[in-house]
Amino acid sequence: MIFAASLAAAVVIVVLSATALALWYERKLAARMQTRIGPQFVGPIGLFQPVADLLKLVQKEEIVPMGADRVLFALAPPLTVIFALAAAAFVPLWPGVAVVRSDVGVLLVIGFGGLAMVPVWMAGWASFNKYALLGAMRAVAQSISYGVPLVLAAMVPVILAGTMDLDGITQFQATHHWFGLWPIIPGLPAFILFLLAMLAESNRIPFDIPEAESELVAGVTTEYTGMQFGFVYLAEYVHTVVGAAIGSVMFLGGWDGPFAPGLHWLLLKTLCLFTFIYWIRWTLVRLRADQLMTLCWKWLVPAGLGLVFLSAAWNQTGWSR
Amino acid sequence: MEVTTPVRTLPYRKLELYEPEGDMLTLQLGPQHPSTHGVLRIKLHLDGEKIIKAVPYPGYLHRGVEKLCEQLTYVQMIPIVDKDDYIAPMHNEQALVMAFEKLLKIEVPRRGQWLRSLLSELQRVASHIFWLGTMSLDLGGALGGGSTNFIYCLRERELILDLFEELTGSRFHYNTHCIGGNRHDIPAGWAAKVHDAVNLIRARLPEYEAMSCNHRLFIERMRGVGVLTGALALELGITGPNLRASGVDHDLRRDAPYDAYREIPVNVQTAKEGDCLARTHVRLAEMRESLRLIDLLIDGMPTGPINSSRPAKQANQIKIPSGQAYASLESPRGELGTFVVAGNGEANTSPYRLKIRPPSLHALAALPYLLVGHNVSDAVAILGSLDPIMGEVDR
Amino acid sequence: MDSYLTPYLPVLILLVIAGVMCTAISLLAGKLGPRRITSVKEGAFECGNPSTGDGHARHSVRFYLVALLFIVFDVESVFVYPWGAMLHDFQAQHLGWFAFGEMMSFMATLALGLVYVWRKGALNWSADVNS
Repeated sequence: MIFAASLAAAVVIVVLSATALALWYERKLAARMQTRIGPQFVGPIGLFQPVADLLKLVQKEEIVPMGADRVLFALAPPLTVIFALAAAAFVPLWPGVAVVRSDVGVLLVIGFGGLAMVPVWMAGWASFNKYALLGAMRAVAQSISYGVPLVLAAMVPVILAGTMDLDGITQFQATHHWFGLWPIIPGLPAFILFLLAMLAESNRIPFDIPEAESELVAGVTTEYTGMQFGFVYLAEYVHTVVGAAIGSVMFLGGWDGPFAPGLHWLLLKTLCLFTFIYWIRWTLVRLRADQLMTLCWKWLVPAGLGLVFLSAAWNQTGWSR
Repeated sequence: MEVTTPVRTLPYRKLELYEPEGDMLTLQLGPQHPSTHGVLRIKLHLDGEKIIKAVPYPGYLHRGVEKLCEQLTYVQMIPIVDKDDYIAPMHNEQALVMAFEKLLKIEVPRRGQWLRSLLSELQRVASHIFWLGTMSLDLGGALGGGSTNFIYCLRERELILDLFEELTGSRFHYNTHCIGGNRHDIPAGWAAKVHDAVNLIRARLPEYEAMSCNHRLFIERMRGVGVLTGALALELGITGPNLRASGVDHDLRRDAPYDAYREIPVNVQTAKEGDCLARTHVRLAEMRESLRLIDLLIDGMPTGPINSSRPAKQANQIKIPSGQAYASLESPRGELGTFVVAGNGEANTSPYRLKIRPPSLHALAALPYLLVGHNVSDAVAILGSLDPIMGEVDR
Repeated sequence: MDSYLTPYLPVLILLVIAGVMCTAISLLAGKLGPRRITSVKEGAFECGNPSTGDGHARHSVRFYLVALLFIVFDVESVFVYPWGAMLHDFQAQHLGWFAFGEMMSFMATLALGLVYVWRKGALNWSADVNS
């Protein structure tokens, strides 16, 4: 128990520092894509830029708009971070070790991911602002819609590995094959489906209509200032980092890899997925709300149902053993 | 071209008769909004996210330029109108100067005419490429793929602004047109730089098209959105790419040629659909056409003087006793015209009245028709695709 | 503490750590930040216009529809999970095809439901309400 508790503390620290690093990395990456240089003055090659951002945000004035629900308004931003962090507890860090090894790990991870939508709605409702409310409505509609393909895509590794334990899924992949690569037919499409649904869950372009700064000014964060805004911003990155980690656990073998300890491989795979997500972000334009819904319900959900069927059929053939 | 019966119906749905599925919501888009291209305010009546009524309220950038021009002399007002259409200042100056020349019956020397056309085409490319960037920004947001495309487009625009800087000493408010010709002649080695810039932009255009109008997501956002019919466009006085995208083949460079366009034929680019995608295609095609024209203009640049008399050095040097004239040219946004009534006071150095016809104002008139039935995201795309510049709308 | 929930205690610890950290930062921000509230600053942002109407407007019924669809499909999909996890065991007991058939009939019902709402037009987010 002591071990698990200290591991929990370590995971919080590691995820948050990884997120800070990811913030810097993303800004550098985006800058390079846009023929810019990016942050370079705070620390060596601008490494401490996120720290400087944090220090700046902490010193800002906090404004609560008139008519706002003060309790919900203050509570929502920290909750976004807390819920986004929670899913990290189930990620297997190296063989047999996670903060919590649960027999229903996959479900819990998806559950906590879905829970992250509650504070966003709280923020939008409490702000008493039309842009925030529209953003929150979009966010909830999008999140619960893309929850369906996410659940269906995550079912593919569960069926193939025959367990809902995330570490069990990784172990199966280590002894057999990575699901993202083999079996190609339910595996690779399921991986893509999972990535798409995860992008939507963490509100990343092309699915970032809840924020949609060119339409809704700043969506749910319109009325937030200072660190309150910082929390929501941070939570998005935490969500993406944890989502990338879970994606690599479920489809890319997690800690599985030669020559180096498991954690290294997990971090490397997470970084690769993270890079991919941000590559997409800085390349594509966003979809419209109705196109998003159409994409989800008319394409991804049927595809997800088909993939579940295919993976069950693949299992029946017994080739995976 | 001739419209016999009015096609304009009331753009607004009667809100009293409208039965909303959800509750109605009034949302102000602008003036302090990231994607209203300056400070335009659009009052949106929403049902859920669907727009049932849209009313644009321009005027937040009104600086009284026309009134100011009544106080300034003919020489002084040229750099003032630079600030009207702040994406294409070159055309503002030229439209103004052309009206004065018409009044004074001054003929610009041939080299001056060609130089004006060259500057006009360069400015057109700069304006259209900037538009492509802001359009991407509207669709993709400041924190996404849109901004990547925006920065790429700005990089290309810089090439042209650098050329202008070398020619006129200024990147934006050139004050290079003067009554009777131009103020600045082409410096040595400038022509080669123009060729380099044109070739570079031409080589990079496919890349931007791949990121924007050839990209699946971009097309999905643009196709069928904000369809402007040719008849309505004519009725509202819309000109330029917005009109040509609606299938009306009209371009002042060809239909009322001025300057070097009398000698160089312009291939007018049109599209039929009239939606946002058609407007994008027309602008991009126009950009390629302008690049072609720039090559022709710089290669065929005649020798001789660039102005009929030496540019005015003193503010009250130009005097126009009486008369009125209207001159217009094809700016990147359409027909940019200046109507001037001369004769103010004893000195005759200022006009009695000066009216600028901004194409963007007419484009905005289409908003109440185009926005209804679309949702908020489309509103941003439609507004962006009409390419309004609030500086010239409000003047 | 119920022994079934004991393994999940670290999640609670993690949440508490994160919560304490966030609260600390919030309090720090409250202490460090200036407090110069004016009525303009406090007003709801509406692009520089005085805010009109209610910030808590009622929503379009479409959002309610999405919530219903979510409940139908997401919750039903979750029912499939235990079956997926047990599939290997079923096969070990030579019940593989039986379990497969059972679940496929369930999924077919689900798919049928999707076809139904599709045909009913519930997925047409963009349908013009006035046409």
